[in-house]
Amino acid sequence: MGSITLKNVSKTFGEAKVIPSIDLEINNGEFVVFVGPSGCGKSTLLRLIAGLEDVSGGHIMIDGKDVTDAAPAERGLAMVFQSYALYPHMSVRKNIAFPLKMAKMDQAQIDKKVGDAARILNLTDYLERRPGQLSGGQRQRVAIGRAIVREPSAFLFDEPLSNLDAALRGTMRLEISDLHHQLKTTMIYVTHDQIEAMTMADKIVVLNRGNIEQVGSPLELYKTPRNLFVAGFIGSPKMNFLEGEYAKSKGAKTAGVRPEHIGLSKDSGLWSGTVTVAEHLGADTFLHLDVDGIGPITARAGGEFGASYGDKVFLTPDDSKLHRFDDKGLAIKA
Amino acid sequence: MARKVTTGARIGWTIAAWVVALLIFFPILYALITSFKTEQEAIAGFSLIPSGTFENYITVEEQRDYFTPFMNSVILSVGSTILALIVALPAAWAMAFAPTKRTKDILMWMLSTKMMPSVAVLLPIFIIFRNLGLLDTRIGLTVMLMLINLPIVVWMLYTYFREIPGEILEAARMDGAGIWQEIVYVLAPMGVPGIASTLLLNVILAWNEAFWTIQLTTTNAAPLTAFIASFSSPQGLFWAKLSAASTMAIAPILILGWFSQKQLVRGLTFGAVK
Amino acid sequence: MATQNTKTLARVMMAPSVILLLIWMIVPLAMTLYYSFQNYNLLTPMNVSFAGFFNYQYFYTDPAFFQSIWNTLVLVLGVLAITVIGGIAIALLIDQPIFGQGIVRILVISPFFVMPPVAALIWKNMIMHPGYGVLADLAQFFGAQPIDWFAQYPLLSVIIIVAWQWLPFATLILLTALQSLDGEQKEAAEMDGANAVQRFIHLTLPHLSRAITVVILIQTIFLLGVYAEILVTTNGGPGYASTNLTFLIYRTARLGYDVGGGAAGGIIAVVLANIVAFFLMRAVGKNLDK
Repeated sequence: MGSITLKNVSKTFGEAKVIPSIDLEINNGEFVVFVGPSGCGKSTLLRLIAGLEDVSGGHIMIDGKDVTDAAPAERGLAMVFQSYALYPHMSVRKNIAFPLKMAKMDQAQIDKKVGDAARILNLTDYLERRPGQLSGGQRQRVAIGRAIVREPSAFLFDEPLSNLDAALRGTMRLEISDLHHQLKTTMIYVTHDQIEAMTMADKIVVLNRGNIEQVGSPLELYKTPRNLFVAGFIGSPKMNFLEGEYAKSKGAKTAGVRPEHIGLSKDSGLWSGTVTVAEHLGADTFLHLDVDGIGPITARAGGEFGASYGDKVFLTPDDSKLHRFDDKGLAIKA
Repeated sequence: MARKVTTGARIGWTIAAWVVALLIFFPILYALITSFKTEQEAIAGFSLIPSGTFENYITVEEQRDYFTPFMNSVILSVGSTILALIVALPAAWAMAFAPTKRTKDILMWMLSTKMMPSVAVLLPIFIIFRNLGLLDTRIGLTVMLMLINLPIVVWMLYTYFREIPGEILEAARMDGAGIWQEIVYVLAPMGVPGIASTLLLNVILAWNEAFWTIQLTTTNAAPLTAFIASFSSPQGLFWAKLSAASTMAIAPILILGWFSQKQLVRGLTFGAVK
Repeated sequence: MATQNTKTLARVMMAPSVILLLIWMIVPLAMTLYYSFQNYNLLTPMNVSFAGFFNYQYFYTDPAFFQSIWNTLVLVLGVLAITVIGGIAIALLIDQPIFGQGIVRILVISPFFVMPPVAALIWKNMIMHPGYGVLADLAQFFGAQPIDWFAQYPLLSVIIIVAWQWLPFATLILLTALQSLDGEQKEAAEMDGANAVQRFIHLTLPHLSRAITVVILIQTIFLLGVYAEILVTTNGGPGYASTNLTFLIYRTARLGYDVGGGAAGGIIAVVLANIVAFFLMRAVGKNLDK
């Protein structure tokens, strides 16, 4: 079991209100990602759930039980830290066994559990090594192993991939997703990387300045962002925001068009623009254009679309995928 | 830098560096050499080749009872350091892992006590010691040296502890470790190198402390500093023997010192230079 | 992280250190302050009376006082000049690609571990002695008149000995700072066409500035209290020629048994030390904020 409920949870550090007030429901078995720019309070929120920080107000319940004042260890959660926080003086085996030892489990059972975890995480050959002798990815897996053996009701991940290089990040993303499918345990994952959020989450919680901007599945957020912030944060490259004549003609203060929702042609279209930068990624080409009467726009073209600096290109936005926002920045329902 | 240095330049620098190093080391070397000379050789003019007698070492022990001040030095330096560690460990732990707004002020204040000139409190300490019957006692001097080095011990332990990442302690708490388990299984093993360094540097400092040890002792508790200082007008003990006594007084700490170069920089600059 | 429980625990854990140091700082200092206003001589301990500012006046009008202040100043500045300039030069030298760097380092830092009385006696008897010292032998070899260091240049002799003891400290700290200089910065400066001297002035020296500050301030604290080196060599003389403030106070208090006078001198020493300490604390404190 692992359902977590936050009620009116707030946190202040001295004068600073980091989290004004948050309500959130996390269901058992869900993979929830807290995403937002740095300083948005996502890590603080995770640490409040973990019990590493005291809440300033409100209640936290796990499986219906109020744990607001419980010590971290009593909450039945396991955490994977950004720095992995492995014990440098212990072997991998002892690192993974540490929580079991603290729980006074008998040695035979500890050995079995550590062995199982090592097998799942491909660490069997490294059990006698110290963390200092491992690569970044292996350390990451040890940290996860230490979390798994406790069979927690939920896993908490605090930006676990930010210290890895790009290739390894991709692999570990898959491994963590795979782990979630195997274990079916609730996972709460904090990141500033919207790609990690989109690819892994069942449910994304977008945070900004300590407030929840929107909660939803990755596709919900992508298709129907509730406001400008979410629209700009989810999706890569970023959504184009257009103001002025064009937006007005669509009945909005701001019109949002994703780069992938713009048709490109060399012959004709609604707008015309000049290519300022062309990023050829192989399968895709991202064109940064200066559009006449509108300004800079990013658009996605196919990999075969040959365009380079200075070329004239015609653009046509897909009206059916248009996002409209009012003068408060909120989305206008169709 | 992966730059190639010409062998010629390298040899030039090497010779220059070695000449400077040997010049600086010369007084120590010469005392060592002289300690193996006879008294006649010692005053017979410059010579780097002694006759190789061990007689001076034997005489120093037999005539002047070298062993007592040596043991006093060991007891005072090690004793005061261990005492300081016992007092300082919890304080450093608290300041490193449960810092408050005032932690920095307390640290700075502790450091400031180190700035008080010893001579300014010479009389009160002397009078207190006399009235309590602590003059020329090991216990009195041990406490004294402990107080003198306490700020450095706290400060050094603090800088070492602060390098232990907070996330590791949080991980231990998530893993269900209570405060004692946290100390026994995580903090103590990770803190051992820092504690050892602190111990080493403070034994060195206490061994060489030459104000209070001279002021507050006469014979019973006199460590090597006071013992050697009593030879300022060498009656009966001449240079070869003085060299032997000096060599014995500095050898142990010199060797310890060679192992503590890094800690020395850190400890004496209060972490300002690493 | 800090919950109410750990805060209380932290206070209890800090208490022994804080209380000990508080007693150590306040009690003797208060006594010194008190004595400095008393006529109190250990030879006549029955005749204690209030002296007002007499002790200060006495200390202040003693010609030895100004000489000792002057000597203290010369001693501190002399040693600082030698150790800082020498330390930079030696640190730069050791930082070159030389053979046996480890051993050179060990040789250079060794004097720091020599206890002050031993250092002073080695120099007094074996190096600077006018009859049998190495320097005298050297002078004779060149046919020159040997110098009687402690009679002719007492203060300079003390400065040389103390500088020898502290040169390793300065060298070691400056070397540590030097080795933390980013190699890429040096390479960038080279790419920018800076020659060795320009690189030293514009890159190395600014990088060392903090280490130099620390060396100066910490050494000053210790140099103000130079004692054993004077005791075993010149004993402050001839006359007051090599008496610094510390030694003068010691003389007044322990040899003259004048508690009041010594205490007044002690208070003056505290004031002087505090001026230096003020700057040191600021330098170290800044570092804490990083």
